[in-house]
Amino acid sequence: MSASEQVIQLEKTDPKFVEEIIEYGSKIFGREHMETITACFQCGTCSGSCPSGRRTAYRTRLVMRKALLGLKDEVLSSEELWYCTTCYTCYERCPRGVRTTDIIRVIRNIAAKSGRMKEQHKRVARLLIRFGHAVPITDEFKEIRKALGLSELPPTVHSYPEALDEVRKLIKIMKFDQMVGYQESG
Amino acid sequence: MAKKYAFFLGCIMPNRYPGVEASTRYLMTRYGIELLDMKGASCCPAPGVFGSFDLYTWIVIAARNLCIAESLGADIVTCCNGCYGSLQEANHLLKENKELREWVNEILKNIDKEFKGTIEVKHVIEVIEHDIGLNRIRSEIERDLSGLKVAAHYGCHFLKPREVRRHEHPERPTILDRIIETTNAISIDYRDKLMCCGAGGGVRAGSIDVSLDMTREKVQNMMRAGADCLTTPCVFCHLQFDRGQKEIEDRMGVKLGLPVVFITQLIMLALGASPHVLGLQYNIIPVRPLLRKIGL
Repeated sequence: MSASEQVIQLEKTDPKFVEEIIEYGSKIFGREHMETITACFQCGTCSGSCPSGRRTAYRTRLVMRKALLGLKDEVLSSEELWYCTTCYTCYERCPRGVRTTDIIRVIRNIAAKSGRMKEQHKRVARLLIRFGHAVPITDEFKEIRKALGLSELPPTVHSYPEALDEVRKLIKIMKFDQMVGYQESG
Repeated sequence: MAKKYAFFLGCIMPNRYPGVEASTRYLMTRYGIELLDMKGASCCPAPGVFGSFDLYTWIVIAARNLCIAESLGADIVTCCNGCYGSLQEANHLLKENKELREWVNEILKNIDKEFKGTIEVKHVIEVIEHDIGLNRIRSEIERDLSGLKVAAHYGCHFLKPREVRRHEHPERPTILDRIIETTNAISIDYRDKLMCCGAGGGVRAGSIDVSLDMTREKVQNMMRAGADCLTTPCVFCHLQFDRGQKEIEDRMGVKLGLPVVFITQLIMLALGASPHVLGLQYNIIPVRPLLRKIGL
């Protein structure tokens, strides 16, 4: 990285990004919960606690800092954003009470909504829409279930097609099917 | 009166580790706990996966599952930290936040359901501790597991976030160790015992090598401390450790081979059940070394 690339140019920042994050998550978690992001004082306890950060370039502290600076594109397009396993270790240890993991999930939501969802993730999401299970049954496991004295199919959406219709109906209302490129025939 | 629970199966337990489902059903039946089917339940949906894509879809689908248990009039029990994380968190958020509840119920009207907030969501660990009781299990042990070194893996979402889960301190939990020691096995200490298995947050699906590197580190830490097996109360962690060790060998050339036993399987082994009935033969990492160690 050259010296000029390290300079943050104000015209390339989006000062409303933090408010966008707070606003997006408020309906789910409450505004106070989301506003904790502004309390971050960059101590790095989060990055120091992070099992992904130990082996990758993912830095929770950096995500918080960039979000606060309004570096929206950098935050949303970073591959590392998707390395958080949501283990909540940073969330528990943060001395400022920043609800890091929930803030990361909200930032990921905003990234996904702006078309930055990974193909592998869309595939998992389409399994939920198609089967009602992100990990659906296979013939091999139907046999194992029978051998163990369990019903061949579990009493879930797998056994009740009308229940799967309900799940799909809700997903369509939420337009989640469009977001993950689900087509009825496929 | 016999205790009843709505048994939330989720995806991985019924569809990849039915032995865990069978073992849990045996354990509950033995202690007079009735498990009600949640007919038509779906994926929870996974909190770190679907919660990372669209929290609004996540909470709507979770609310639908909660409604099924509400209509049974029973608290939920689950064997997966992911399912527990999703449903317990969604239940908490919907109970606490009236506006959110009204918004979700407006959408649920389309399928004639309504979230009322009448039940609780429990982890199987809580049912073992509070409804069965460790002393009761201890007094009925039929197979001697003394000398067996077990590495306890709690998983993340059973304990965290603490302000929502309200269990023990997430950095110093004891319940899983206490259950393991109820069977007379030894719960060993090992480096980074409370570290994540690496599966959550969509990392397994999206960045498998990052995910497996965490699993490798954790299993190596357990093996260096002399573990004969690892035990978890989360079937997603269970999959990550069992299937993951095979993937680690295939992708990284690192051979580990630590048997993975779910907590209800470990208890049922101590209570004298045959490993076959518990489905241990379907694990990817062979459990034979563990069975030999306990004289089977």
